[in-house]
Amino acid sequence: MKYKSQQVAYWFFALCMLLFALQIVYGFIMGFARIGMDGLHDWIPFNTARAVHTNLLVIWLLTGFMGAAYYIIPEEAQRELVSVKLAYVQLISLALVGVAAITGYHFNIWEGRKFLEIPRELDYLVVVNVLLFLGIILATLFKGKRQTTTALVMVMGLVFAALLYLPGMIWFDSQVTDSFFRWWVVHLWVEGVWELIMGGILAFLLIKLTGVDREVIEKWLYVIVGLTFLSGILGTGHHYYYIGVNKIWLIVGGVFSALEPLAFLAMALFAVYMYRKGEKNHPNKLALFWTIGAAIVSFVGAGLLGFAHTLPQTNLYTHGTLVTAMHGHYAFWGAYAMIVLAIISYAMPNMTGRKRYDKLNGHLAFWLSNIGMLGMVVALGVAGVVQVYLERRLGMDFMVAQEEVKIHFVVMLINATVFATGITLYIYEFIKFGRPTDEALEMKEEEEHILVK
Amino acid sequence: MLSKSQARAFFFGGTAVTFLIFIGLTIYSLAPSNDQTNHHNITEQVIKGKHLWEANNCMGCHTIMGEGAYYAPELTKVIDRKGAPLVKAILQSPVPWAPNGRKMVAYEMTDEEADAMVEYFKWIGQLDLNGFERIVSPLAKDK
Repeated sequence: MKYKSQQVAYWFFALCMLLFALQIVYGFIMGFARIGMDGLHDWIPFNTARAVHTNLLVIWLLTGFMGAAYYIIPEEAQRELVSVKLAYVQLISLALVGVAAITGYHFNIWEGRKFLEIPRELDYLVVVNVLLFLGIILATLFKGKRQTTTALVMVMGLVFAALLYLPGMIWFDSQVTDSFFRWWVVHLWVEGVWELIMGGILAFLLIKLTGVDREVIEKWLYVIVGLTFLSGILGTGHHYYYIGVNKIWLIVGGVFSALEPLAFLAMALFAVYMYRKGEKNHPNKLALFWTIGAAIVSFVGAGLLGFAHTLPQTNLYTHGTLVTAMHGHYAFWGAYAMIVLAIISYAMPNMTGRKRYDKLNGHLAFWLSNIGMLGMVVALGVAGVVQVYLERRLGMDFMVAQEEVKIHFVVMLINATVFATGITLYIYEFIKFGRPTDEALEMKEEEEHILVK
Repeated sequence: MLSKSQARAFFFGGTAVTFLIFIGLTIYSLAPSNDQTNHHNITEQVIKGKHLWEANNCMGCHTIMGEGAYYAPELTKVIDRKGAPLVKAILQSPVPWAPNGRKMVAYEMTDEEADAMVEYFKWIGQLDLNGFERIVSPLAKDK
């Protein structure tokens, strides 16, 4: 760590850990409800658990991206953040808005639009919060000594993410138009601008961990984010197949979303190739595992599993079934959760000065969470395919088909326990690192001396 | 070999072109001449139904037009399948409706609110969903 103000990232990461843990708790509530154990129904009905589960995901990932930006931008711009005090104000207000929204969901206060359940009144506070965040980051970047491609791509992703939140705040009388623009936010976030943020974090980590020349990494970063937008923007069409808009989207969405895996494949190949090309033997093996893991799992989860049901002919049957949940879990895990866990794993030793690089707990956290998540995804996939056949092909009633897939949720819960054990170990390691120290700043020279082989 | 400036041009050029096409297609598909939703049939009651749909986060369990949470049945064409009286009764029930033991929140809606929901579902039931309306509601296929 080179700049003291980078320490602010620690508190964003700590909030991440707390929200992630809560997200998993609500996931279990949903899983148990699906096998008939819904004792909490009177206090936390399924729609509350679901809204909390998905919104906590969005909030903790955004918190992670913000923490990553506060860590990465000073280092890239080669100066301190313009205001640490405002960064803390932003963190606390973000946490307060998040807590207010999540609490409201338990009292039927929300706006029931998948992923965008935050009521419009709170939306305005989200906007103010994000503007403050962007103000700090942009001012730091442009007052800095240099504006690197890595920083610019990441900041572009953050600015676009903020802009794209706006179409989701407009009221439409028609459910169809409402859905249409809701996907402007949700799809263009996760299959568009969030990939810029991911790409920026990935490039930063690869530069640090592999020692490959920045120019080479950043050139390929442009190619990857170029492929992302080339396929992802018109790929939005795969959400428009069957929601009451023109058939042209069947062709446009089909062709361009079939190209979407290419961007993820490029990202995976890029990460693996840079790792092999790199001559630096960085001691932080865990950060390297999470980084390369994110690139590979995002290709499988977002790329391949997305492709599995993206063609209109397939999607006609899988749209609105558990197949979507299968893809959603592995895509979010690989592309975004893992990259946030990667930057945390990289930043923690540097911020605290404690070199817990290669601990058994850390490795167990990586493998248990990955194996558990893969098991969950397989269980959801089997449940989804069974649901499609029983309900959509054989015409069975929804609840009759749900009874048939119950067993797969038992399997899912067992795997979720493995996953949760992994994440618990990750959080345990996070706590063991302790708080950031100023000695970590002084260790910089020694650290770099050791790092370069 | 590709240079960094060429890579940058690919990123900005590709993004600009696809974004412009996307905007063009959005305008095209939302043009009144391409309406598949019977937009003129959106009455005050349908709008009220949509408000209620959102205020109670129905999408947090159900799906509509295939969008939602997969915990409770798809509600496109629900009126065709179940009939308005049953739908109203479920919405107005003081005890949780629980087919096969899976509970729904007891919303205890007023008559007026339940009517608005029925009108909203009827409007949804008339949408041209490019063939999905026949797949998603097999039980309503022949009606």
